[in-house]
Amino acid sequence: MSTAPALLPEPFRAWFAARGWSPHAYQLAMVEAATAGDSALLIAPTGGGKTLAGFLPSLIELAAAPAPGLHTLYISPLKALAVDVQRNLQAPIAELGLPVTVETRTGDTPASRRARQRLRPPQMLMTTPESLALMLSYADAPTLFGRLSVVVVDEVHALAGTKRGDLLALGLARLGALAPASRRVGLSATVAWPDALEQWIGAGRGHVRRIVGGAAAAADVSILVPEGRLPWGGHMAVHAMPAVYRAIAEAGTTIVFVNTRAQAEIVFQELWRLNAANLPIALHHGSLAVEQRRRVEAAMAEGRLRAVVATSSLDLGIDWAAVDLVIQVGAPKGASRLVQRIGRSNHRLDRPSRAILVPANRFEVLECSAALDAVAAGTLDGQAPRPGALDVLAQHVLGTACAGPFGADTLYVEVAATQPFAGLARAEFDAVVRYVEDGGYALGGYEQWRRLARLPDGRLALAHPAIARRYRMNVGTIVEATTLKVRLGRGRVLGEVEEYFALGLTPGDTFLFAGRLLRFEGIRDMAVEARPASGDQPKIPAYAGGRMPLTTHLADRVRAMLADPGQWDRLPGPVHEWLDLQRHRSALPGSDDLLVETFPRGALHYMVAYCFEGRNAHQTLGMLLTRRMERAGLKPLGFVATDYVVATWSLEPVRDPAPLFDEEMLGDDLEEWMAESTLLKRTFRNVAVIAGLIERRHPGQEKSGRQVTFNSDLIYDVLRRHEPDHILLRATRADAAEGLTDVRRLGRLLARARGRVLHRPLPRISPLAVPVLLEIGREGVEGARDHLLEETAAALVAEMEAGPDAPAIS
Amino acid sequence: MVTAPIELNGVPLLLDPAGAVVWRDGGLVVVADLHLEKGSSFARRGTMLPPYDTQATLDRLARLLRRYQPRTVVCLGDSFHDPDGPGRLAPTDRTRIAALARGRDWIWITGNHDPVLAADIGGRSAAELAIGPLTFRHEARRAAGPVPVRGEVSGHFHPKASVATSARRVSGRCFVTDGQRLILPAFGAFAGGLDVLDPAISGLLRRQFLAFLLGSDRLFAFPREQLQRRAA
Repeated sequence: MSTAPALLPEPFRAWFAARGWSPHAYQLAMVEAATAGDSALLIAPTGGGKTLAGFLPSLIELAAAPAPGLHTLYISPLKALAVDVQRNLQAPIAELGLPVTVETRTGDTPASRRARQRLRPPQMLMTTPESLALMLSYADAPTLFGRLSVVVVDEVHALAGTKRGDLLALGLARLGALAPASRRVGLSATVAWPDALEQWIGAGRGHVRRIVGGAAAAADVSILVPEGRLPWGGHMAVHAMPAVYRAIAEAGTTIVFVNTRAQAEIVFQELWRLNAANLPIALHHGSLAVEQRRRVEAAMAEGRLRAVVATSSLDLGIDWAAVDLVIQVGAPKGASRLVQRIGRSNHRLDRPSRAILVPANRFEVLECSAALDAVAAGTLDGQAPRPGALDVLAQHVLGTACAGPFGADTLYVEVAATQPFAGLARAEFDAVVRYVEDGGYALGGYEQWRRLARLPDGRLALAHPAIARRYRMNVGTIVEATTLKVRLGRGRVLGEVEEYFALGLTPGDTFLFAGRLLRFEGIRDMAVEARPASGDQPKIPAYAGGRMPLTTHLADRVRAMLADPGQWDRLPGPVHEWLDLQRHRSALPGSDDLLVETFPRGALHYMVAYCFEGRNAHQTLGMLLTRRMERAGLKPLGFVATDYVVATWSLEPVRDPAPLFDEEMLGDDLEEWMAESTLLKRTFRNVAVIAGLIERRHPGQEKSGRQVTFNSDLIYDVLRRHEPDHILLRATRADAAEGLTDVRRLGRLLARARGRVLHRPLPRISPLAVPVLLEIGREGVEGARDHLLEETAAALVAEMEAGPDAPAIS
Repeated sequence: MVTAPIELNGVPLLLDPAGAVVWRDGGLVVVADLHLEKGSSFARRGTMLPPYDTQATLDRLARLLRRYQPRTVVCLGDSFHDPDGPGRLAPTDRTRIAALARGRDWIWITGNHDPVLAADIGGRSAAELAIGPLTFRHEARRAAGPVPVRGEVSGHFHPKASVATSARRVSGRCFVTDGQRLILPAFGAFAGGLDVLDPAISGLLRRQFLAFLLGSDRLFAFPREQLQRRAA
């Protein structure tokens, strides 16, 4: 590698020296890659000058040869991060006296500035994947991006493998075509799949150099299990809050990470209850009003806070060197995720990060111990990016048409060169294009209303400019659940809650939100009106957001720990006793068998299977099991899935569970169930919105999410019946199989269980089964709809069937 | 298929789980809000909904008519999603409608989506229809004075209802009646819905009313007190 003097021009060397810094080797390696014209993937822990490493080559180039026009495009998954990076770049630019203009462009940028930016762009533009897609959809995109030198993608690991990442990968390929000489730079945390990431950032163009930044010092991580009662279930870890509070009081600045928004509210509330010293402790999660989140971020950056309770909303981004302790409340769910969260503390790479894990219940103690082992062993987990989503491709095809006519052959080559769509068959691509053209239905009924027209030269062009307007209003891949604003009286907006939560409230109910106890008054103008309340037990917001399934790697470690009593001595006393009791009363799940317990409880019969394959796979298994039970006449009523187990309950007992777990269920049963499940309907809704079948927004008319939900279910039913192989249904099934149903892990589990189902019929609930039965959020059995209605309506039905002589209402 | 018998203004009626009303003595089958050609109505504006909704709706209607063999069919308005709907019918669907109507008195009540019906669609059209003690119209009429509206059968609102069961909330299309009026669920394949507890519907009804949720082969009746509001 060249030395600093050779790579860094004098003013830059002086700048580093003036601050008492010496450039990191990886910062210089980035400059070297740029000089060679190579794209680069920088893998380094957060902080420590990673962002500067991304921009250094651009600053050097622009200092040497100032030129108007867009030179560097920076893309971040978070608007806030784009703003933050822009602010941070101002310092070196001012201190070096560089004639470089830097601006941001996000959904929050005023329309007038956006228009001006397209005409006279800054040299460096900070933006998001959605804003890039928008810019690419204008006819002037070739002019705007023609002189582009480099695209910097921040937090690539968080984008690759998601639909936003798919959209961005396609955008990068587009940029590659518009500016063939441009390079791409990816900035990533350490991940288990760097090769895929390298291909992703390469976007099918040229060589990518992988540059690995200095590894952080080994983290100092411990598990906190306070003396006294250790809860059986629950995820709130309220029992541990006094100890958490003490840790906050002893540290400088702490981030308290939780897994869900509901946890965030409870933990925040509990900490303030204990906050005798009045420490400034704040709350940060995705449901809070944007301004409130920004205020918290600013206070944090200025060092005015002692602690912030946060969900994954703070997983990425803002660099707070001042954080010296990370507390993870609840199980970490994955080793890589934990490492990234721990990395949020102490961004100076020469000192170890300090972190405390706070398990909320007994299973989480096992999971935290397993995670600790994984971190110590330096193991990373998480799945490599899945193949690109066809609904996103459909959006991109329409976006491409909005910018101007395109040739299908050329676009296919461009698309298939990206990492997400590398394996895409031409026929599949053509089906997507046909969908964009006229819906792609076998019954070609809509030919007169095409969205794309074929030009004489064979290229495809937008049939009508209005289509571009609508595309631009609906761009993006984030389909949000319908939410209602939460207002204090008719005044200030505190944030948003999911509609289903708001509709479950009756006036007078209390709930925790934005760190306050509120009383529900009513719903007015699509907003929840609430007033501050005191006393009472609150109803807790049960948000869907923020749940991650346990990774395979951690699951394997937990299972190994259970199977080996020799390891139990390092577990806290109550957990050790709990496992002893389980061994005595029932059995322990082995490394490669499947323990299934059955026992009666109340009027119902329960079956608990210890599968350890994560919530999503268990959810799918629960659906399939209850289908089979239904067929076997066992009258299943419902099931619950956690990361560790799946439990069913039925009116009749399961006497022989083994056949229920037959691998065959992955064939016809899965197909049949997938077709009918509400989960598929929800997935279809997202696919339909992203692919532009259903619009979120329509010029001149805000369509409420409520209408979207309803329509998409009916459309799904009709489409499934009449054209089960339609491209959007294929996209829906692929989505479900990869994501929420986790069919791959389910397959692994059933294969392992073959011939190894260990059935323990018990007279009563086992110690290990207690936590699962305490879980809330039960899923009903799809086919049970009529049973349930019948049970509820039985009395009235009897009355009705008395005949016309006895009218239901007189 | 188990129907639910009710009485409206002294007339015994059967509610069919498909979402239709059968008046045996009158030889009459009533359906509401078919919204035929809703898919193509959206496609015209660039939203490419699947073009199978008309077919799906007519399939269900054909099954219903085969079962009851009525002399008279009353469609309670919004039979087409827009006034141009009949013109966009696929030839096969047009033939099917003609076949269904053959030998029957077929009455298209006009609705807000289809205030005028194309003449060549067959049958006859009317703003409302009175047969004996019953009146059929698209949208329920508010009582003009102290005299309540009696024996009214209407559609328009696409009523839905939800109830809490032992496992979860179940919701779906429903009939709703207070003994004086009867409002039908939408029959159309893509038709959305409105909760019966929404004032737009509940405000038309007496304090006591029943919602009949459509099950797969029977109906489930719930009094107002047992219903829960849910928008989606």
